[in-house]
Amino acid sequence: MFFGERLIGIISPLLLLAVWEVFVRVGWISPQFFPAPSSIVEALIKLSRSGELWLNVSASLRRLVFGFVIGGVPALVLGIIMGLSRPIRLFIDPLIASTYPIPKSALLPLVLLIFGLGENSKIAMVAMGVFYPVIMNTVTGVLQIPKIYFDVGANFGASRWEIFRTVALPGAAPFIVTGIKLGIGMGLILIAIAEMVGADSGLGYMIWNAWQLMDVETMYVGLLVIAFLGFVFTLLLDELERWLLPWRKTI
Amino acid sequence: MSTKIALSNLSKSFPSRSAVITAIDNVSLDISSGTFCVIVGPSGCGKTTLLRIAAGLENKTSGEFSIVREDLRRPLNAMVFQGDSIFPWMSVWDNAAYGLKMRGVGSGEIREIVSHYLDRTGLLRFSEYFPHQLSGGMRQRVSIARAFANDPEVLLMDEPFSALDEQNKLILQEELLRIWEEHKKTVLFITHSVDEAVTLGDKIVVMTASPGRIKAVVDIDLPRPRNILELRRDPKFGKLVFQIWGYLRAEVDAARARAS
Repeated sequence: MFFGERLIGIISPLLLLAVWEVFVRVGWISPQFFPAPSSIVEALIKLSRSGELWLNVSASLRRLVFGFVIGGVPALVLGIIMGLSRPIRLFIDPLIASTYPIPKSALLPLVLLIFGLGENSKIAMVAMGVFYPVIMNTVTGVLQIPKIYFDVGANFGASRWEIFRTVALPGAAPFIVTGIKLGIGMGLILIAIAEMVGADSGLGYMIWNAWQLMDVETMYVGLLVIAFLGFVFTLLLDELERWLLPWRKTI
Repeated sequence: MSTKIALSNLSKSFPSRSAVITAIDNVSLDISSGTFCVIVGPSGCGKTTLLRIAAGLENKTSGEFSIVREDLRRPLNAMVFQGDSIFPWMSVWDNAAYGLKMRGVGSGEIREIVSHYLDRTGLLRFSEYFPHQLSGGMRQRVSIARAFANDPEVLLMDEPFSALDEQNKLILQEELLRIWEEHKKTVLFITHSVDEAVTLGDKIVVMTASPGRIKAVVDIDLPRPRNILELRRDPKFGKLVFQIWGYLRAEVDAARARAS
């Protein structure tokens, strides 16, 4: 039963690829827009042999990591402080509520103006994308912690820092992990957009450059690799969740 | 014996939208060192508020509340809360060690104390378990071990067994008495069960329905150590339950009349 259900999940994408391949070969769809899967794989092999693919992947990954840390860590700390302190929450909430709805992609020109065309603008875009989901989920995470646990902390003489460390952080952890997952998704979107403008490396650049050269296969390789990265990040985070939150009933 | 907990003219009121609600009204009480004191009262009589004031989780409105400190290294109190209060994100061991860790006790000493109380509560082999893997009774044992391990001047217990089924309740009451006999710490225990009060207590304080005042104080002269089943056969036990019910009856009726 279990094996059968897994099989169904594998069949549908394989079937799609097979149909796609056949349709291109028969000439029912144009390889100009939808190159056959086999030729995309060919392009993938060629790009990875030449080292071009790795160059772009590593450039994007580095920006993602830096942006993630620069946006995520302050969001986490500030989120917990906001969750613990009502006055601070009331003070900062309007700032977040009013800036959150702005599409981060619409801020790209401003970010380019401030940070220039170099690495910093890309990192800043990722940081902004990660910041919002992490801070919002962290605040919610702290607020949903039953009050009794704070009473226990106070009754057993925990200091402010110890309340932060032993109650707020672990209590909010499941929500924080959700925030991080959403943040990484947002980071991937924004890095692709940021690299399409004024970059000379990265997966976004690769896709944009391929469009300008009408190199459709390379475009698909870029999309494929981004999808793959997202998939790997999800797996890694699930693993991290299992390791960080062994006390949760349902993982 | 010397006074351990002293309440004099203690009052607590909460502001509400229409009026000020008095939860505790002018309560004066002396509890001497080593006494297992049980407070019984109808729900809403302010007994939990009283305990939260004792625990330092709530401020009093007026009057005095004090716990006499004998050893400066000890914390003033440790509370066993009503319902689930052990951290789901910590193992049984880390939960039981929580107070000691917060006080910065050395790790060797923590190991010794925590293993003693986990052993006494039958939890030692579940040290690495997380709370969701335990039954409700076991979780409450962890909470009891945590409070005892912290070695406070006074133990506070807020209806610790009210969420348990009858059989578990009996077993935990027995365990509590057994652990308590080791050091005979001063205990302030709150319950709405008269049986439980007579079973556990040296001194029973009956409170009136809101506002909470002291209706009667009854000394329980049943011998210790107590065997709960034997105790129930003792005619004295029945007499005491009957006597306390007499005090409580009118208050419960009053509380119900107010609620309807």
